[in-house]
Amino acid sequence: MANPRSFPRFKGWLLPGLALACLLALPPVAQALGQPALVTLVTRMMILGLAASALNIALGMGGLISLGHAAFYGIGGYAVGILTTHAAAGAPFLGFIPGSDSLALNLLAALVASGVAAAIIGALALRTSGIQFIMITLAFAQMVFFLFVALKAYGGDDGMSFRRRNGLLDFNMRDDATFFYVSLGVLSLWLALSARLLHSRFGLLLGGIRQSERRMQAIGVNTFAMRWLAFVLSGMGAGLAGALMANLGRFVSPDLMHWTQSGEMLIMVVLGGAGTIFGPVLGAFALIGLETLLASWTEHWQIFLGPLLVLMALTFRGGLARLWRKGDAS
Amino acid sequence: MALVLEQLLNGIQFGVMLFLLAAGLTLVFGIMGVINLAHGSLYMVGAYAAALGAKLTGSFLLAIPCGLVAAGLAGMALEYIVVRRLYARDHLDQVLATFGLILFFNQAIILLFGRQPMFVQIPPLLSGALDLGLFAYPVYRLCIILAGLACAGGLFLLIQRTRLGMLVRAGATHRDMVQALGVDIRLLYTILFGLGAVLAGFAGLMAGPLLSVQVGMGEQILILTFVVVVIGGLGSVAGAFWGALLVGLVDTSLRAFLPQILRALMNGSEADALAGGISAMGVYLVMALVLLVRPKGLFPAYG
Repeated sequence: MANPRSFPRFKGWLLPGLALACLLALPPVAQALGQPALVTLVTRMMILGLAASALNIALGMGGLISLGHAAFYGIGGYAVGILTTHAAAGAPFLGFIPGSDSLALNLLAALVASGVAAAIIGALALRTSGIQFIMITLAFAQMVFFLFVALKAYGGDDGMSFRRRNGLLDFNMRDDATFFYVSLGVLSLWLALSARLLHSRFGLLLGGIRQSERRMQAIGVNTFAMRWLAFVLSGMGAGLAGALMANLGRFVSPDLMHWTQSGEMLIMVVLGGAGTIFGPVLGAFALIGLETLLASWTEHWQIFLGPLLVLMALTFRGGLARLWRKGDAS
Repeated sequence: MALVLEQLLNGIQFGVMLFLLAAGLTLVFGIMGVINLAHGSLYMVGAYAAALGAKLTGSFLLAIPCGLVAAGLAGMALEYIVVRRLYARDHLDQVLATFGLILFFNQAIILLFGRQPMFVQIPPLLSGALDLGLFAYPVYRLCIILAGLACAGGLFLLIQRTRLGMLVRAGATHRDMVQALGVDIRLLYTILFGLGAVLAGFAGLMAGPLLSVQVGMGEQILILTFVVVVIGGLGSVAGAFWGALLVGLVDTSLRAFLPQILRALMNGSEADALAGGISAMGVYLVMALVLLVRPKGLFPAYG
């Protein structure tokens, strides 16, 4: 968020530790309560939390309001979908890239693919700023969306499904609880990395650029390169989330990169608290939880969600992450 | 040759529609500094109100004021209730609030009209084709082109030659000064927002007979409108006009001609797939190109 105030940091790791313990205990508890669907729901929340946390690198740390991160999320998903179907068919992708059904390799491929896309789109979009940047990221995401709609070889409009989740070591990935733990592991790793990033030299430079680009330029920082790097890292994280999401449902479609997906990611970040480490994840849990709750009451839940978002934008500052640490927000 | 000219006219017709949307969007941004994602919803409101009016009265002529009034009122209500509070906020809050408005509008339309698209007949008076010598062109589309050009001219006169336009221009650069001189700037902004909404609603009601009137129609064209505004230069009405024509022509001609050109070079199914992909991406590639050469757009409004 383009907000010159200091951004909150979590002094203690107590609450996150507690949250991790709860998540670790969730699959057996859900099993005992006879609510196995809860495991899949929370896996989805964690994956979207990863996407929101990735967007937060551009938005919260870099002050770049991207309304096009669904493109990177979708590209990550399609990297998995395409490689997995090619592995099943035994034919290399583009004639020379062999297919793969290993989770580690496919996540790597998703990182590379979404990183390359973010590098190209970022280099163009960062030539502008402000409202134009918002519009351009949205427009490029729409371009990628239409590209995948036109790719009839990979399902076009309907998307494509694959039979099995990608394999990791000897784990039984068919089991939803196993996949839950894998996703939790990836999310934890990502959050640890972004905490390092936030306090690194790069993170501090980004904070400086967000507050005053001219001053940072004056002390010799290549602000364009820094912003571009933040955008690329952010896009790669979104791609990683997309790759996990593709595995969760064993299905990818252009819906992954629908522009409303970008909007939802933005909402998660702001709802949870832009610029914080755990805020975006919290925001993802809150938004998906709210959507699931409203959807269980009425099919027309968006008629409530819409005005709620308006209210949130008009009144709510700083996000959920600030609520329990009001004291040291200065 | 006739085919090429016909497609060019189609492109201009599409461009004119885009201009009606882009003009409102670019004015609201240029003068109030607000990004309004819900602009497409006003287009949808205009289309639905006109479709309903046409269904109830059986006359397209009576449906036109229905669409214009509904879109204008919706726009002014929107400004009064929500957008007014966003002027001083940063763009992120504006994006979130107007995104919420889109969800609300779409769901409200689903509640009122259902998910089934509505179809509007072209009015019998305009349903024929006009012989232009080389080829015959639908009268209705010609009317859209003329109406759009008339709107563009009217808007230019309004902004450059009238007292209201003068206040609007003054309010954009020196808001406090205009207010100190006794002008109710909040009312002025509400009127201006309503004007943008009426233009969007006009585009929506004219699109009704050509496309199906359905939920989500606003967002599809909204994103193209963003492309137009970025190409033209944010805040510039002239830029919106030329940008809209460029986007309309490029999009229409790529879709019309590229498949045939590629089919001459490679085999049928591959050519169709490639042409589909390129023409879907075409206008965005044009935008990328413009950004490389002129990051502020073709007609930057400020320096």
